[in-house]
Amino acid sequence: MIGNYPLHLMILVLLWGYIYTSWSVMGRLGMVSFGHGAFMGIGAYTVVMLWNHYGVSPWIGAPVALALAAVVAIVIAYPCFRFKIVGHYFALVTLALSEVTRLIFVALREQTGGSLGATPNGALTEGTSVAIGAVQFSSKWVWLGVVFAFWLLGLWIWRLVDRGMGRLALQAISEDEEAAASIGIHVTRAKLQVTLVSALMTCAGGILYAQYQLYINPDTVSGIAISLQMVFGVIAGGMFVMLGPTVGAAFTLLLAEGLRLAFGNKYPALDTTIYGVMLVLFIIFMPKGILGAVLDLLRRPRRT
Amino acid sequence: MEAFDIFLLEAVLNGLLLGGLLALLSLGLNLIFGVIDVVWICYAELIMCGMYAVYYLHVQYHWPLYAAMPAAILIVAMLGVILHQFVIKPVLSAEPINQLLVTGGVLFFLQAAATLAFGIDFKNLGVSLPAVRFGEMSFSAARLIAFGAAAAGVVGLFVFLNKTYLGTAIRAISQDRAIMPLMGVSPARVYTLTSALGGALAGLGACLLVLQYDVHPAIGLSFGPITFLICVLGGLGSMAGGLVAAFVFAQFISVGGFFFAIEWGYVIAFAFFIAMMFIRPQGLFRR
Repeated sequence: MIGNYPLHLMILVLLWGYIYTSWSVMGRLGMVSFGHGAFMGIGAYTVVMLWNHYGVSPWIGAPVALALAAVVAIVIAYPCFRFKIVGHYFALVTLALSEVTRLIFVALREQTGGSLGATPNGALTEGTSVAIGAVQFSSKWVWLGVVFAFWLLGLWIWRLVDRGMGRLALQAISEDEEAAASIGIHVTRAKLQVTLVSALMTCAGGILYAQYQLYINPDTVSGIAISLQMVFGVIAGGMFVMLGPTVGAAFTLLLAEGLRLAFGNKYPALDTTIYGVMLVLFIIFMPKGILGAVLDLLRRPRRT
Repeated sequence: MEAFDIFLLEAVLNGLLLGGLLALLSLGLNLIFGVIDVVWICYAELIMCGMYAVYYLHVQYHWPLYAAMPAAILIVAMLGVILHQFVIKPVLSAEPINQLLVTGGVLFFLQAAATLAFGIDFKNLGVSLPAVRFGEMSFSAARLIAFGAAAAGVVGLFVFLNKTYLGTAIRAISQDRAIMPLMGVSPARVYTLTSALGGALAGLGACLLVLQYDVHPAIGLSFGPITFLICVLGGLGSMAGGLVAAFVFAQFISVGGFFFAIEWGYVIAFAFFIAMMFIRPQGLFRR
C-alpha cells in the first residue's frame, strides 16, 4: 500500500530526527559540538569492521561501539569542561575531534576501504528476508519499526533531560559558569553526564545508519560535513522544542527530495544552495527555528 | 642512511614552505577575529571562490595571470565586505555562537553554489612550474613562490597595521571596542575595512593555492579545518601565535606524512592540537 520510496523517506526522517535529537540534548544547553560526526562514525565503523573482519555480530559490536564512544567522549569532554573550554573554543576542539576520526578511517584504508567506504558483508541468503544475528533486514517495514522505536526513545530521553534538575543546572551553567559553580552546582559533572548521553545516542544512530544503508563512508558518517549537518538540521527545525530536530530533519530531507523531483538531476546542488541561504536567514531572523517560530505564532493571539 | 636523512631534510623544508602558506591563510582569519570578534567558518570557501576567479579569468577569458590574480584578490575582498554587511552585521550583537553558525550557513551556500555554477569536476589552471633542485633535494617552484608571497603578505600586513593611520585604528579597535568611538573612530568603517583586508588575504591565499592544487567545490573542507585549528592553537586573534602554530602544524603534517601516510600526519597534528588545548586552553599566545 505504501511504496518503498515513501517508506525509505520516512525511515530517513525518523533516523536523522533521532540523531539530531541526540545532538540537541547537549546542543541546546549551550554546548555546541561540532564533533558528533566522531560518535556517529565510531558507531558505524566499529560495528561494520567487527562484523566484516571478525564475524562479530552487531549485537556484540554495538555495546563495543558504545563503550568506545563513551571513552572518547569522556577523554575529550572531561578536560574541556575541567579547563572551561566553552563557546567558540569548545566548538573548534570538537571539530578537531570529528576530523581526527574521519582521517583515521581514511588512513586505515587496508581495513576500512578508505574513502571508498565499506559495505557490511551480506548475511541475507536467497529466500530469507531477516538475519537477526547480522541485524540485516530486507523489509523496510521492519526498519521503520526499529527506527521509530529509537526515535521515540530519543524523544523520551530528551524529555527526561528537559524535566530533570540537571537541565536547570545546565541552563544556569550556560548563562554563567562561575555563578553556577558558586551556588553549588558541580559544573564538570553536570556537563559530562549530558555529553555522555548525547554521545551514546549519536553512536547508536551511527550503528542504525550503517545497518540500514549497508554502506558507510568516512565522509557520510564522520567529519566536519556531517557534524555541521547535525548542527544546522537542529537549528533549522528549532533547538528548544522537543520535536524541533525532527522537523529539521523532515524539512531538509523533503527540501532535497522535492527539488530533485521538480528539477530532476539537472541542478545537483540546488537544494543545498537554497538550504544554505535559508540557514543564514534562519539564524538572523528566526533563531528559534521553524517549529519554534510556528509555536510562537500559535501562542501569540491567545496571550493578548 | 645518507639518502634517508636527505629526504627527511626535504620533508622538513617542505613543511617550512607549507607553514608559510598556512600562516598566510590563518592571518586573515586571525585579523578578522581580533578586530570584529567573529570567526568566519566559511573562510576557506572564500578562498575557493578566489581560486575559481583566477581559474575562470585565466583559462576561460585568457587574462594573463598577473592581471587575473589581482582581480581575484579584489573580488574576494569584495566578497568579504558583502559577507560582513549582509551576514555578520545583523548578528553582531547576537550570541557569539550564532555568529559562528551563521558563517557556517554561508559555508554550505558557497559550496553548493559553486557546485551549481562550476560543476564538481576538478579544474586545473594548466600552469606547470618547474621543480627547483638543491643538491639532491627538489622543491616545487609553486611552493617556493607561495612561501615568498606569503612572507611578503605577512610583512605587508604587519607594516600596514603598525605604520599607517588606518592600521593603528584597526589595532586600537581590537584592543578596546567601547572607547574608540569616543576617539572619533567609526567602528563600522573599521569593520568594513577589516573585512575587505581579510578577504584580500584570502584572495592572496587563493592565488597561491591555485598554483599548486586543482579547484573543486569541496576544496575548502580540505584546508579549512586546519586553518581554524592553527588560529585556535595560536590563540584566536593573536597573529604571532598564528604564525608559530602554522609552522608547528606544517612540520607535523610534513614530517608525520614522511614517516607514515599523509593522513597520519594530519591525525598527529589534530591530536596534538587537542592535547595542547588541555595544556594551554588560551592558545600558545594569550591575546
